Amino acid sequence: MSYQPIRFYQTGTFTVGNRLLPDEQRSVQANMRRTNSLNSGHRACQGCGEALGARYTIDAAMEATQRQLVAANATGCLEVFSTPYPETSWQIPWIHSLFGNAAAVGTGIAAALRVKGRHDVRVIAQGGDGGTTDIGFGCLSGMFERNDDVLYICYDNEGYMNTGVQRSSATPPAARTNTTMPLGQSAGNRFGQGKYLPAIAMAHDIPYVATATVAELHDLEAKVRRAMEFRGARYIHVFVPCPLGWGHDSAATIRIARLAKETGLFPVFEAEGGRVTHVSRIKRKLPVEEYLRPQQRYAHLFRDPPRRDVIERIQQLADRNILRYRLTDGVERRA
Amino acid sequence: MLKQIEGSAAVAEAVALCRPEVICAYPISPQTHIVEALGRMVTDGRLAPCEFINVESEFAAMSVAIGASAAGARAYTATASQGLLFMAEAVYNAAGLGLPIVMTVANRAIGAPINIWNDHTDALSQRDCGWIQLFAEDNQEALDLHLQAFRLAEELSLPVMVCMDGFILTHAYERVDLPTQQQVDAYLPPYLPRQVLDPAEPISIGAMVGPEAFMEVRYLAHAKQRQALDLIPSWAEEFRRIFGRDSGGLTHAYRVDDAEIVVVALGSVLGTIKDTVDEMRTGGTRIGVLGIGCFRPWPTAAVREALQTAKRVVVLEKSLAVGLGGIVSNNVAASYAGSPDRVHTVIAGLGGRAITRQSLHRLLGQAVEGGLEPLTFLDLDHALVERVIARERGQRRSGPIAEGILRDLGVVAARAG
Amino acid sequence: MKLKPFAITLDPGSSLANRTGSWRTVRPEYVDRLPPCNHACPAGENIQGWLFHAESGHYEEAWRVLVRDNPLPAVMGRVCYHPCETSCNRAQLDESVGINAIERFLGDEALRCGWKFAAPAAATGRRVLVIGAGPSGLSAAYQLACAGHGVTIHDAGPAPGGMMRFGIPRYRLPREVLDAEIRRILELGVSLELNSKVTNVPGAMRDGGFDAVFLAVGAHIARRAYIPAGSAAKMLDAISLLRSMEGGERPLLGRRVVVYGGGNTAMDAARTAKRLGAEESIIVYRRTRERMPAHESELEEALQEGVLVKWLSTIRQAGESSITVERMQLDASGKPQPTGELETLAADCVILALGQDVDLSLLDGVPGLEVKDGVVQVGAGMMTGHPGIFAGGDMVPGERTVTVGIGHGKLAARHIDAWLRGTTWVHPPPHELATYDKLNTWYYSDAPKSRQPVLDTIRRQSTFEEVVGGFDEVTAQFEARRCLSCGNCFECDNCYGVCPDNAVIKLGPGQRYQFNYDYCKGCGLCVAECPCGAIRTVPEEI
Repeated sequence: MSYQPIRFYQTGTFTVGNRLLPDEQRSVQANMRRTNSLNSGHRACQGCGEALGARYTIDAAMEATQRQLVAANATGCLEVFSTPYPETSWQIPWIHSLFGNAAAVGTGIAAALRVKGRHDVRVIAQGGDGGTTDIGFGCLSGMFERNDDVLYICYDNEGYMNTGVQRSSATPPAARTNTTMPLGQSAGNRFGQGKYLPAIAMAHDIPYVATATVAELHDLEAKVRRAMEFRGARYIHVFVPCPLGWGHDSAATIRIARLAKETGLFPVFEAEGGRVTHVSRIKRKLPVEEYLRPQQRYAHLFRDPPRRDVIERIQQLADRNILRYRLTDGVERRA
Repeated sequence: MLKQIEGSAAVAEAVALCRPEVICAYPISPQTHIVEALGRMVTDGRLAPCEFINVESEFAAMSVAIGASAAGARAYTATASQGLLFMAEAVYNAAGLGLPIVMTVANRAIGAPINIWNDHTDALSQRDCGWIQLFAEDNQEALDLHLQAFRLAEELSLPVMVCMDGFILTHAYERVDLPTQQQVDAYLPPYLPRQVLDPAEPISIGAMVGPEAFMEVRYLAHAKQRQALDLIPSWAEEFRRIFGRDSGGLTHAYRVDDAEIVVVALGSVLGTIKDTVDEMRTGGTRIGVLGIGCFRPWPTAAVREALQTAKRVVVLEKSLAVGLGGIVSNNVAASYAGSPDRVHTVIAGLGGRAITRQSLHRLLGQAVEGGLEPLTFLDLDHALVERVIARERGQRRSGPIAEGILRDLGVVAARAG
Repeated sequence: MKLKPFAITLDPGSSLANRTGSWRTVRPEYVDRLPPCNHACPAGENIQGWLFHAESGHYEEAWRVLVRDNPLPAVMGRVCYHPCETSCNRAQLDESVGINAIERFLGDEALRCGWKFAAPAAATGRRVLVIGAGPSGLSAAYQLACAGHGVTIHDAGPAPGGMMRFGIPRYRLPREVLDAEIRRILELGVSLELNSKVTNVPGAMRDGGFDAVFLAVGAHIARRAYIPAGSAAKMLDAISLLRSMEGGERPLLGRRVVVYGGGNTAMDAARTAKRLGAEESIIVYRRTRERMPAHESELEEALQEGVLVKWLSTIRQAGESSITVERMQLDASGKPQPTGELETLAADCVILALGQDVDLSLLDGVPGLEVKDGVVQVGAGMMTGHPGIFAGGDMVPGERTVTVGIGHGKLAARHIDAWLRGTTWVHPPPHELATYDKLNTWYYSDAPKSRQPVLDTIRRQSTFEEVVGGFDEVTAQFEARRCLSCGNCFECDNCYGVCPDNAVIKLGPGQRYQFNYDYCKGCGLCVAECPCGAIRTVPEEI
């Protein structure tokens, strides 16, 4: 595991900081002098998980690299809400080129830095799930395969949100998007499709792969820190709920992320050299229904009569993850 | 130093002399030999420091170049044909971001039908992408244009495409004069990027620009590219001073001073045309040649001046604006002071079809006699196409044109009737 | 500075020009809600407030916050029935915070370290007579003295403390603890006159030149019940028994002792009897365990020490060495009704623990005073019907506990102080209650409640050593950190961290946070993710 869980200090590992903690145990986000790499004034929706995830991640990376960081950004929400002329919210050297080439641009930057002997400056490439799992997949796989010295961050909000909520290959089964509408007998996005990029990344045998959510900041920051200890291609897949696209309350972003993990639908783990080295255990296992219900994109499952069959299939996916990644091993079951 | 080498090798030597720092390589004929040679130079340490990156596609090649250039490295790649189209989005992007990347395009036809031979359809498809496009007439010029391209790109902070005819130049062994490193260093200063991704001075490159400023951004791109029209001639002159030969420049006028007919063309075909013109001059025809060295920005004034005396202009181009006719000829017509109906379009050499002196004599003879059609397809098998067209008229679904032609040529057994 | 490309390339941080606060329809606001412990505390302690300091290991600061409301923390940390813990939100998560034990730790720590109260405010020249040196009187005296008033306490007994001394056995409250905490109050300049029973309040006021009086004489008269008894039957009341324990001579009760009653005093009497050597100490109570008024923990401790309880029983008759009890049964309304079934129990002694009454003789002839149901009636300001005469503790209506007494003393002191200044003290409007649903308990770690050490049973049956031990520092701090800080910011940085718009300004240690409404879009994440419910959402006004 990349970090030592914080032992009991009124709260523990899950709060951002805590006045009782020594400085080294506080998150980067707790620091009054954090970089706010993604600054105020950006145009993300209220409660945007991606805006939050991006600041968490980049601030942590800034900390880990002594602020020697360059980022390439794919087209998408993050790019659009952060850099509409004449204003940018980025406080770091940042470039947006295209939707599908962030990883390759990252490779180029890394090559330039290497040739100039700037080994201190590190490179991040980042994008949403569309820019990562779909249109940017070729460049990403190429970057992985060459083991270029780039940390790629995917902010996964499970669809094309910037264009108005359409399906991506990261959209989960049964989710409603504007291209997977639950009409007639259809229960939204089809089962048996989609791709799970963390596993694909691992299959490239790159030094480091991790998943994280905006609900567990210490875990996320530790993974960014750990990723920066490696040279070569690294991948972190951050789960970022989207109030607009998922149809949940703007205040529920973190809770939804937490539920995704606690139900087992989003496994949180890290892998080094293609082998899983640590899994974040489920704290209190919950049925998937708890996660699905607050989201309008699953509302069609709960109409009269409810689609028990579909909910059950989603539960099976969660259970499969729990088995596959041993998400509840060693966790006491609560009565 | 004089050397008898392949065109690709000459270009690779020229690129290496320019001290590129990042080279992205993806194989596509006929540019492959260039990056192969550069790869060897990086591997054996002759070219250092330099990162040679084997990418997974042309789209990645241009994207890596974008990243490298934005991070302050001198970046180079090469492509052709389908590859250029595959990277098209990034080609536009590099220009939009004002990144001084240099790319060799070994001109080749675009499929379908797939065809690896030379024409100019690839480069001309990107004529509006914002890159400066230079065309080489021979291997010496191809070599020289790369030296000029880096300087031009970095001065203007614009990408430059050096176009050379695939196979005809890339694979031709010719004697070239290789400059020394000192000469090149004297001509090409180190890359000082106009903007660079640097933690010491963070900036955001690649903002989203809305209707409130997009027109201005596009206008500025246009205005900037037009600046090259002044720089290119003066640097060609400086080039001549340092290297002792004429290379580059906007246009190459050949025997146009008193010419009543001027043939306009791009690339290696100019040699054949000049030979033909020389022969026609011997016969007393007042005919000249205008080579277009810089296709973008379009050298309006230089073309207009060169065509001053011409009563008739024949634009011979290796490209086709399907549904219209010529691409180059349209540009020429817009710059010709005379009547546009005096500008004849000749589509020639598509997909590697040989352009012979014999054909040129026949063609230009027609022009002299005033019998040239406004649009001519040189050496087209009229009988064949007429048969296909006729059959298509009678049959609603006649299948792919290529298949039909092959059938008519007897290559495919007439199974389907 | 290089000339950057127009529009495509932008300077960092320029989005600060875009004030996204204008998007907001609701706004977050920091609040301090009333934690349920504070709400439930009869003494009005700011429990969450002092736990906050204890969590940091700042025990003296914690103690100083504590003693603003209660000058007897070491006592209270032993004898309070801690309604705070009953209402603690943490009980819904795992188990309540051991507030009482931490209070005791702080009280003991203060005595160990010799912490003194802050010097009183400048003398006002006003004088207040406090009658009764029990918890209520001492609490009032302390508060009044701190406010700068001259205070004199008269007490009829030979030592101060009231029921704390004469009602609570020393195995629950060691006397050196009580003495030390009282001494600290007196050190504020409070005069104490013992063995000084006031019989005429107006007279005492006049003679002593007092501007106001606080009556807190307690309820020391044991209630009797008529039980036919032979002349040889040995009967005494529990209050007398407990009081006699403070004298030099220990009473002789015999081998078999029966205690009659079901209150806390009955428990104390039965446990005292056990310690005095009784082989059998039997409580006879006419109802069931569920209906017993004694505190559950007191009963539990008594049972641990071997005290027996005869449920649903009344004493019909008492003889020299036995008593006759009648079985009762509860009727539909829960009242015990006789069944006629009789039983004989061996008993050398019967101790009556049937409640206490107030000795109201000192109020004879005081005009305007109203007595009802044996207690003095007071208004919301703790003032009796006679201007300038206030009353509190067991002699006024209410629950009779040390904690309630201390609360009365504090409240009365506030009103007396205002009265002396010619003003009225108005209780500040209470904050909204920090109910469990306001919390986001995800953030709190699992942490089992700490247990206080308990004396072994053999020693509990034979000595008056203190039964329950205190926390060491490590345990006390751990337990303090179990506090959820309901409704009050404890600086966990969650709001600062979870804002997607960086619209929370962290002000630094102890300074909490501020919203930057220029950029806050009103998403509500900070509200949802505040563990302790210290942020609320209010509609934005145009």
